[in-house]
Amino acid sequence: MSAAIELEIKPHQGWQRIDFREMWHYRELLGFLVWRDVKVRYRQTVLGGLWAVLQPLIAMVIFTGLFAHVANIKTDGVPYSLFVYAGLVPWTFFANAVGLSSNSLVGADQMIRKIYFPRLLVPLGVIVALGLDMLIGFGFIAFLMVYHHWPVSSSLVTLPIFLFGTFLAASGLGLALSALNVQYRDVKYAVPFFTQMAMFLTPVIYPMRYVPGRIATLLAFNPMAGMVEGFRHAVLGSPVSWVLVARSIGTSLLIFVAGLFVFRRMERTFSDVI
Amino acid sequence: METVIEISGISKRYELGQSAQFYDSFREALTRALRSPWANSRNGSGSNHNGNHGGNTFWALKDVSFNVQKGETVGIIGSNGAGKSTLLKIISRITDPTEGHVKVRGRMASLLEVGTGFHPELTGRENIYLNGAILGMRKAEIDAKFEEISNFAGIGKFLDTPVKRYSSGMYVRLAFSIAAHLDPEILVVDEVLAVGDAAFQKKCLGKMAEACSRAKTVFFVSHNLAAVENLCTRGVVLQHGKLVFNGGAREAIDFYLHNLCGEGSAPGTHIIDLSSAAGRPVRCRPLLKRLELYTEGDRPVNGDLPVGGPLKAVITFQLEEPCASFDASIAFDTPTGQRVCTAHSAYESARIHDERVGEQVFVCDIPSLPLIPGEYKVNVGLDIRNSEVDWVEDVTRLTVINADYYGTGVLPTKGQFLLENRWTIASPVERETRLAEKP
Repeated sequence: MSAAIELEIKPHQGWQRIDFREMWHYRELLGFLVWRDVKVRYRQTVLGGLWAVLQPLIAMVIFTGLFAHVANIKTDGVPYSLFVYAGLVPWTFFANAVGLSSNSLVGADQMIRKIYFPRLLVPLGVIVALGLDMLIGFGFIAFLMVYHHWPVSSSLVTLPIFLFGTFLAASGLGLALSALNVQYRDVKYAVPFFTQMAMFLTPVIYPMRYVPGRIATLLAFNPMAGMVEGFRHAVLGSPVSWVLVARSIGTSLLIFVAGLFVFRRMERTFSDVI
Repeated sequence: METVIEISGISKRYELGQSAQFYDSFREALTRALRSPWANSRNGSGSNHNGNHGGNTFWALKDVSFNVQKGETVGIIGSNGAGKSTLLKIISRITDPTEGHVKVRGRMASLLEVGTGFHPELTGRENIYLNGAILGMRKAEIDAKFEEISNFAGIGKFLDTPVKRYSSGMYVRLAFSIAAHLDPEILVVDEVLAVGDAAFQKKCLGKMAEACSRAKTVFFVSHNLAAVENLCTRGVVLQHGKLVFNGGAREAIDFYLHNLCGEGSAPGTHIIDLSSAAGRPVRCRPLLKRLELYTEGDRPVNGDLPVGGPLKAVITFQLEEPCASFDASIAFDTPTGQRVCTAHSAYESARIHDERVGEQVFVCDIPSLPLIPGEYKVNVGLDIRNSEVDWVEDVTRLTVINADYYGTGVLPTKGQFLLENRWTIASPVERETRLAEKP
């Protein structure tokens, strides 16, 4: 009787394809990693899941004070606080996803040194777990909409497109950065700074139409530009440029594929270098 | 017999230090890339068969081949740095080999550590699921074995307490229980037996033996030669990354004890230069020059010594002026700095030597060093006219490794020494009469 599973261990060189069969085999582990992250994140905190609301809420209050009243930004009739909160929810998800996932492998060094499993699950698990925070954020948007008597738009059906695009961009960057972080700890210091700066290059606190033409073309290469505008379109019915959305999704897809390949290439030395 | 693990020509090269591909910051990467633009693309190609990037490489394993048959329990034996862990890591797929390949037939689970991925904030119950999944168990499988796991660990009412509040004993017991309930066809294990208190260790060994007898294949690496002898059917001995023996477990242990034991990671470390050692207090004059350690048959000790093995210390020192009263000593400390014992030439009754000057050599013969397995710091001292003139702390570390000291495969796990002891059963009647005879 010959055992069914045959495994061959040999040197890996250069670019590696993604082993989907293996990923499927380990799907339960992904579930457990996500579940662990969700369980652990707000353990021993007083406010717990409220932090998911509080983070963008505080930002919203400050931005509303600054930009609605001082800079007097017009937002097509949408109350500024609602406008900025609807942008902050996807942006916070993106920034946290990139930040946390880029440190995820280094944080899981014990596991990586001691046992085999598809390493992709570590950063992916972190990102998927953050989805819960985003969900809580959506709940609060709903509350704000009721508060401002803002109607639900029929464009809500387009929301999955933007959720998908955001996930692609966040995980693409997260994968590449987490792998680079294993070898170059510079990543840890660079990421928080760049995500902070990147927020101002994303139409979170201002609508896209405030951006002059040539810069707008450049901004479209920011994958989150189209996604944040898209979110507001889906949730609040704000106008959106589908050209921008298409460009952003294209960039996201590119980032995702590149991130995946960078990760797979660097993966084989993780346990030696970490 | 069916071959379940086929290891062919496995080699593993590591780059030493900060050289080659292991730079840690962009700056270094950038300067390197600017200096030699092609170096980066060449790295990691694994095609350099001479294995030399300017002498900064190290072969942890070199061309190791052997097969494991179904149902065998194979013990991997070797000194520190012989390549045991590297071999295990390659078979566990944690690291890639540089050359060669391994074929595995069957569902394999590897345990290089117990409690991998335990999260301190999660409860015992939650960690059972998480750790189980990390070890490759399905959720349904964990559900089915849950009762058994928690019973075996004996954590009872603490099941819903975060593991960070567990005592270290409870933590280890829980971790081992999960691992012990894995049900793979091929089990790869590293040193995990040495966990918990003595009672639990015994339970673990029992569980291991059970796994071995369930006609499964076990691949086992341990410093515990007694455990290897008890559990394994076959032994493989590694030395400096090469396979040097492959045969029966008993024969492999004999081979190791007689030929290799005492060889450490770096050959030549049995000679320790003391003249510029770091562990010398400022008040001391650097008169101690050298310490050499040997064991049975004058074989050098490069780190490892079996329990109760003979030890010969050769201490070389300088006498600056003619002197007839001088003594040398060698002392052993636990890693935490507690003195375990001292050998001092002043303890020798027949110690007569004439006036000497210049370089001197003192030889200390310890017929048996019955320290329990573990790591010990070695300290060396020199007294002239009964006052300490030189003293060097922590000159080297001696690892006392498990060996079958009593010939029973059993060793104490507590205390610091192994006692020579003889036990007999006396008949109660005889004793009573003897006691009665006494005035």
